[in-house]
Amino acid sequence: MNRRVMDLWVGVFVVIGFAAVLFLALKVSNFSASSFATTYEITAKFDNIGGLKARGPVKSAGVVVGRVAEIRFDPQTYEANVVLKIDSQYQFPNDTFASILTSGLLGEQYIGLDAGGDERMIPAGGTIAKTQSAIVLEKLISQFLFNKASEGKKDAGAQ
Amino acid sequence: MRLIERFFSVIGANTIDRVWRLGFAARFFLAMLSHSGETFRRPRLLLRELYASGVLSLIIILVSGLFVGLVLGLQGYDTLQRYGSSEALGILVALSLVRELGPVVAALLFASRAGSSMTAEVGLMKATEQLTAMDMMAVNPLARIMAPRFWGGVLSMPLLAALFTAAGIFGGWLIGVIFIGVDEGAFWAQMQANVSFRDDVFNGIIKSAVFGVAVSLIAVFEGFDAVPTAEGVSRAITRTVVTSALAILALDFVLTSFMFRGL
Amino acid sequence: MIELAGIHKTDEILRLMTTPYVEINGLDFAYGDRQILSGIDMQLPKGKLTAIMGGSGCGKTTLLRLIGGQIKPDRGSLKVAGHEVSRFNERELYGMRRRMGMLFQFGALFTDLSVFDNIAFPLREHTRLPESAIRDLVLLKLEAVGLRGAAQLMPAELSGGMARRVALARSVALDPELILFDEPFTGLDPISLSIIATLIRRLTDALGATSVMVTHDVHESLAVVDYVYFMAGGRMVGSGTPAELRVSTDPYVYQFVHAQPDGPVHFHYPADNLDEQLLAGAA
Repeated sequence: MNRRVMDLWVGVFVVIGFAAVLFLALKVSNFSASSFATTYEITAKFDNIGGLKARGPVKSAGVVVGRVAEIRFDPQTYEANVVLKIDSQYQFPNDTFASILTSGLLGEQYIGLDAGGDERMIPAGGTIAKTQSAIVLEKLISQFLFNKASEGKKDAGAQ
Repeated sequence: MRLIERFFSVIGANTIDRVWRLGFAARFFLAMLSHSGETFRRPRLLLRELYASGVLSLIIILVSGLFVGLVLGLQGYDTLQRYGSSEALGILVALSLVRELGPVVAALLFASRAGSSMTAEVGLMKATEQLTAMDMMAVNPLARIMAPRFWGGVLSMPLLAALFTAAGIFGGWLIGVIFIGVDEGAFWAQMQANVSFRDDVFNGIIKSAVFGVAVSLIAVFEGFDAVPTAEGVSRAITRTVVTSALAILALDFVLTSFMFRGL
Repeated sequence: MIELAGIHKTDEILRLMTTPYVEINGLDFAYGDRQILSGIDMQLPKGKLTAIMGGSGCGKTTLLRLIGGQIKPDRGSLKVAGHEVSRFNERELYGMRRRMGMLFQFGALFTDLSVFDNIAFPLREHTRLPESAIRDLVLLKLEAVGLRGAAQLMPAELSGGMARRVALARSVALDPELILFDEPFTGLDPISLSIIATLIRRLTDALGATSVMVTHDVHESLAVVDYVYFMAGGRMVGSGTPAELRVSTDPYVYQFVHAQPDGPVHFHYPADNLDEQLLAGAA
C-alpha cells in the first residue's frame, strides 16, 4: 500500500467521520451551547404529580426552558418535591405559577411555568410557592360519574 | 456416582479455565496500556491501523447503515400512519439509530470486519514466530503490534458508528420524504425537537467508544492468545466474533440502563 | 584450530584461548511437571561456532530460548557476557538482545514488510541513522547473502531458501556479538542447505561473533562448526570437535553421527510387551 494513498484515505475517513458527528449534532439533534450550558435548580412542591417523569420538559409559553431533574417524595408533608433544572439564561419572578400539564389528551406530561409580576426573581435553589397538581384522568372520570349518579338519585327522589 | 463426579469436575475445570483467562486478559490489557506511549509518539503506526480498521470498514458500515435506515423508514411509516402520525417518522428513525442501532450494529459489523482481521493478523504473526522474532530483536510486540491495533480500533469505532447513524438517517429520509412523501419540514423539525444532543447523540457516542474498547481488546487478545497453528488461529477468529457480539449486547444493556434510567 | 582438533585436550586449549561468552552451569528446566532439561553444563567460547545436536524433542530449542531470555531456568546459572540472564529486568534483557541476533526455524520474516524493510526493521528501531545510511547498510547485508536484487520483493514471493537467507541477513543487521540459529537447515533443498551453512560460517567469522546453532543435520553442521554438544532426553551426552565426534565410539554419538535407527535412542516408544498386548486383545 502506497504511503501517500493510505494517508489520503485515513484523512478522508477522519473528515467524513467528524462530518457525521457534526450532522448528528446540528441537523439531527438540537445541539447548541445550551446543551452543556449551566443550569440552576429550583424546587416545586406538588400534591400530585400524576405521570410526570424525571427528564420531562419544563416549558414557559410553550418554549422549553429546562428539564425535570429529580422527583422525590417528602415523608413529612406527604408532597412530591420536584427539582427543576432551568437554563441560566432564563429568570422567573418570585410569584411564578407552576402547573403540571399534558401535551395533547394522552401525551407526555410537562411542567408549565406562568410568570407572575413580582420584581424579585427566584434565586438558584429557591422554591416555587404556587403550584397546581396534575389532573388525574381517573379521578376526573370517577368524579364525573359520581356527580351523574347523584344527579340520577336526586331525579329519582323527586319523582 | 462416577458421572456426577465427572459432571462437577468438568464444570470446575471450565470455571477455573475461564477465570484464569479473564485474569490473563486483564493483565494483558494493563500491560498493553502501559506500552501505549509509542503508539502516540509514532503517528505512522497508528495511521496504518486507522486505515486497516477504519477505512477498510467504511463500505460495509455505510451500505449497512443505509439499508437499516431504509427498512426503518418503511416499517416505521407503516406503523405510524395507522395512528395518523407519519410526521413522527423522523423521530423514530433518528432515535432508534442514534441510541441503539447505530452504536450496536456498527460495533457488530466492526467486530466481524476489523476485529476478525486484527485477530487473524496477530494470530498469524504469533503462529509464524514473528512476534517472538520481534521480541528477540528487543522490540516489544505489545508496543509495536498490539497497542497500535488496539488504539486504531478504539479511535475508529465512534467515527464508524456516527457514519452508520448518519447513513441510516439518510436512508430513512430517502424512503420517508422522497419516496413516500412525508412532509420534509415536519420530518426534520420533529426530529430536531425530540432528539437531544446531550442525552441521545452524546450517549450514543459514549456507547460506541465503549464498544470500540471492548471489541479491539477482545480482538488483539484472542490473536495474542491463539494456539499458534492454522487451526488455532481460525478458532481464535471465531472466538473474537462470538465473544465480541456477546460483549457488545451485554454492555449495551448495562450502558442503556445507566444512561436512560429516567425513562 | 582445525589442525589442533585431533588433540585429545581440545577442550582445555579452547578454554585457555578464549573466555566463554555464554556459560551454563547445572541448569534445570521444566514445563510444569515435564522435565525438559536437567543438569546442563555448557560453554560457548567467544568467536566460535558451536552446534547443539540431538533428536527431535531433546530440549535443544528450549536451551536456545533460555539463552535468549524468553524463559527462565528453574535451577542453575546461565550467564551471557558475564551477566546472569534470569536476573535481568525488561530493560536489561532488551539491552542484551540488542547485541544478539536470532535466526528462526522458518525465518519468521515480517510478512507485511518487503525484504528491504525486514532488514531495515532492527536498524530503524534501534538506531537513529539517517535513511540513506540505513539503505546502504541494508544493501550491504543483502549483498552478503547474495540477494541484493531481491530487495523490493515481499516475503511471500521468496522461495524457502531465499527467505532463510533474508532472515539471516536480518539477524546480523545490527552486527551482533551473539547469534542464535534455531534449526537453520529445516526444509531446505541440498543446495540452499549448503549455502546457508557456508553463510553461517562466513558471517560468524566476519563479525567475530559467538554463534550457536541448534540442529539435527549432522553432516552439514560437522563440516562448518568448531565444536559440538550432543543432547538426548534433556541431558548433555557428549561433546567434542567434529573430528573427534566422527571417530567417537560413544553409543549416543555413534548412533547420531551414523544415523542408526536403533541404539541408546530407541526406535520403539516405551510400550508393554507386544505378545502380552496382543494376547490381552484376543482375550
